[in-house]
Amino acid sequence: MTIAPEHNPVFARLGWRDRLGQSAPYLLVPVLIAAGFAAIGAPSSWLTLTVSGLAMGMMIFIMASGLTLVFGLMDVINFGHGAFISLGAYMGVSVLFWLSGWTEAASLALNVGAIGLAILAAMLFAGAVSWAFERTIVRPVYGSHLKQILITVGALIVLEQLIHVIWGAEEIFLLRPESLRGAVTFFGAALEKYRILAVVIGLGIFIAMRLVLRHTKIGLIVRAGVQNGEMVEALGYRLRLVFVGVFIAGSALAGLGGVMWALYEQVITAGMGENMMILIFIVVIIGGLGSVEGAFIGALLVGLLQNYVAFLEPKLALVSNIALMTAILMWRPQGMMPVVKAK
Amino acid sequence: MLTRLISGDTPRSPVLAALLGAILVALMFAPFLFPGVRALDTAATICIFILLVASYDLLLGYTGIVSFAHTMFFGMGAYGVALASIHMGRSYEALITGTVLGAAAAALFALVIALFSLRVRAIFFAMITLAVASAMAVLVSQLFQITGGEDGLTYRIPRELTPAFRLGEIFDTRINGRILNYYLVFFSCLMLFLLLLRVVNSPFGRVLQAIRENEFRAQAIGYKVVLYRTTATCLSAAMAALAGSLYAIWLRYVGPDTTLSFEIMLDVLLMVVIGGMGTLYGAVLGSVIFVLAHNYLQNLMGAGAEMFQNIPILPDLINPDRWLLWLGVLFVLSVYFFPTGIVGRLRANR
Amino acid sequence: MSDALLSLENIRTDIAQYHILKGVSFSVPRGQVTMLLGRNGVGKTTSLRTIMGLWQAKEGTLTFDGADITGAPISARARAGIGFVPEDMGIFGDLSVEENMVLAATNGMPDPARLEWLFSAFPALRTFWKSQAGALSGGQKQMLSIARAMIEDRKLYLIDEPTKGLAPAIISTMVGALRTLKQQGATVLMVEQNFSVAKALGDQAVVMDDGVVVWTGAMAELAESSALQERLMGLSMEAH
Repeated sequence: MTIAPEHNPVFARLGWRDRLGQSAPYLLVPVLIAAGFAAIGAPSSWLTLTVSGLAMGMMIFIMASGLTLVFGLMDVINFGHGAFISLGAYMGVSVLFWLSGWTEAASLALNVGAIGLAILAAMLFAGAVSWAFERTIVRPVYGSHLKQILITVGALIVLEQLIHVIWGAEEIFLLRPESLRGAVTFFGAALEKYRILAVVIGLGIFIAMRLVLRHTKIGLIVRAGVQNGEMVEALGYRLRLVFVGVFIAGSALAGLGGVMWALYEQVITAGMGENMMILIFIVVIIGGLGSVEGAFIGALLVGLLQNYVAFLEPKLALVSNIALMTAILMWRPQGMMPVVKAK
Repeated sequence: MLTRLISGDTPRSPVLAALLGAILVALMFAPFLFPGVRALDTAATICIFILLVASYDLLLGYTGIVSFAHTMFFGMGAYGVALASIHMGRSYEALITGTVLGAAAAALFALVIALFSLRVRAIFFAMITLAVASAMAVLVSQLFQITGGEDGLTYRIPRELTPAFRLGEIFDTRINGRILNYYLVFFSCLMLFLLLLRVVNSPFGRVLQAIRENEFRAQAIGYKVVLYRTTATCLSAAMAALAGSLYAIWLRYVGPDTTLSFEIMLDVLLMVVIGGMGTLYGAVLGSVIFVLAHNYLQNLMGAGAEMFQNIPILPDLINPDRWLLWLGVLFVLSVYFFPTGIVGRLRANR
Repeated sequence: MSDALLSLENIRTDIAQYHILKGVSFSVPRGQVTMLLGRNGVGKTTSLRTIMGLWQAKEGTLTFDGADITGAPISARARAGIGFVPEDMGIFGDLSVEENMVLAATNGMPDPARLEWLFSAFPALRTFWKSQAGALSGGQKQMLSIARAMIEDRKLYLIDEPTKGLAPAIISTMVGALRTLKQQGATVLMVEQNFSVAKALGDQAVVMDDGVVVWTGAMAELAESSALQERLMGLSMEAH
């Protein structure tokens, strides 16, 4: 038996409206950058702010990506995610202090090497703690959002307080490595060297993450699992293992983000992760829970807007992000790129 | 009569009934039983936190929604009274206006947040309230011309409610405005608590619990889930604001640390969980235990830290500044092992 | 029964507080197509989901290929050789058709000859190989779901209402593909509401009502007796 003649499948052509609707979130970033230019006027200030906004956005994205994937995959909401940012920052900064010979040297190679080692230590540490965290804190409360929120908030407090016990309650100041201090001038705009590095690292991680998600079997399983975890299991994959892997990787990325943020702000506190969680939640909500691309765009929007507004009207910086979230949720109540659950 | 007053929601455990009775008596006669400024202050704080925690339980325990903006609503009531007293002058009208406006603002804010989040997913609510509440806290500290910033605001309330107003003596206790103020707080909290008890035991309250148990089923039966949840959110916010107003009247001071801070939010969460989610009597027990512990246990930890100062790490762990560490541990353990809290335990052991 | 590939013994499954399966027992013989029949809501889909492990049986024993799989995780059952086509098709809409198929081939890439055969059965899959699966029509999604289960040789295929909501022309494509599968000697347990499809494909029939099995026997016997159909399933003439 062959296909019946009257059944002739055609792919419905998308109208321009649908096409624009699909790509609209991607367009928001250039639109915001253009709007920033119009509002600020001075090209050099605008360029400085744009680079700074992109750097901030990239760092927020690195911290947020794990949270959104963990939610997408197992419907687990981890309010304790911020603790891994703080843990990573403290571990990374400890390594940088330990390698002070490398960071003080006027050698780019040694400086970058020190940062690389700090990042590695931070990721390993945050990842290891998150492995224990997943087993003891998260696993017993699968399936109940209420308990997840309560337990992970409690765990966040405990981890923060343990940082106080181990590293002391005082904030720790640090200096960037020698060759990353200062700025380069580009078309009259002062661009801090470190922010350029942050943009490069952030972009690198986003591209690497996309490659893994798009072109590897594990990425395929993760993307499928976000949509319909049950079916992935029914195809023979142990989603739990994949989830634990993503949880650890996401927490390690949060630790990496913590080190980068520490070098950006040049000061760390145990509460820094908790403070970052506010921006991270805004980012994953406007991006659409479970969507890595959405989180990326959301993070860039938040970073850029925060920098533009801080320049134009400093007091409104944090409120501007609430306004952004409100506007996006009015436009798309599920966020910009919600993951379509197949159920 | 008594059963009707508590809307038929009996304690269902003799121990619980005895505890509640003792707390009621202790709070009602606090000025006479526990003389001293600090004791009366503790009693008033307990009354206000019972109301605050009970209003939070309406959301967390009865509706199954986690909010991190409850102290924001609490603060709205407090700042409402403070600002009205400053701008309208020392008067009862100012207190009433501030209270009403504070509660209205809280309900309106809650409505907007609920419309944005509950329509989509209950879990959005937790995240959005966290973001909004922290933005609000930053705003309050930045707009210091209006709010007093980190220093907060002090203001004057009608003389009859201050210690300067003297009435005479009963049972060797000097009756002054401070005691009148205490009874204003006590009876307001008692009435509002009984009102909340009525709400959760009304058909409305039962629908909320049905939604908490099984959202889809409630929806299928035909209840408008979003409408019910939104109403509960607004009601809970307004009640929190009222508690805030009372706190402002009692303290004659508002500031971010006493009303808005995230730490108070955690305290409230802990009180609900330890007392028992989904039962307003849990709010009573949780608040009493917690406020007493907060006021007196920290001293104990300080003494302990000094005692063990020669041992490594241990003094750091029981340093009074590490109070939050133990709260966090207690919190996590309670969610695991006593999800029904003290009240649940007492009722189970009947 | 020695030739049973799968057998259920007194399986009870609860969903929340509801008892859905109240002691289901039947077996699926090797190399045959067994039809699971009955009115809506009697527990057919729950039976399939319990076999797959998507619901956990509260009581009873599940034996598959000689091994007790009652408490086994979902993925272990899949790896033991059960292919599953769920009622909602379980398509990954954000993935391409190709990615859906690659994911189903648990042992690496799909076998080219097997793929060729699936393409000839479901030409639409070749046409839309690189397209997003979410954009397929309902019938195409159903074909993809079945093809996904068939991408490897499974010992047992669990297929939940493959013809639900499909146009007659697509139903005949579907029946053709399933008949080829049957001719290859596959073991199938299929839930089917369309009685003529059940009649065309089934060897054995298991009829359920209100959470228990009420009749088992040869499909031909059930197909011949309209009295039996009337009594077991409340089928009226127009359903044929």
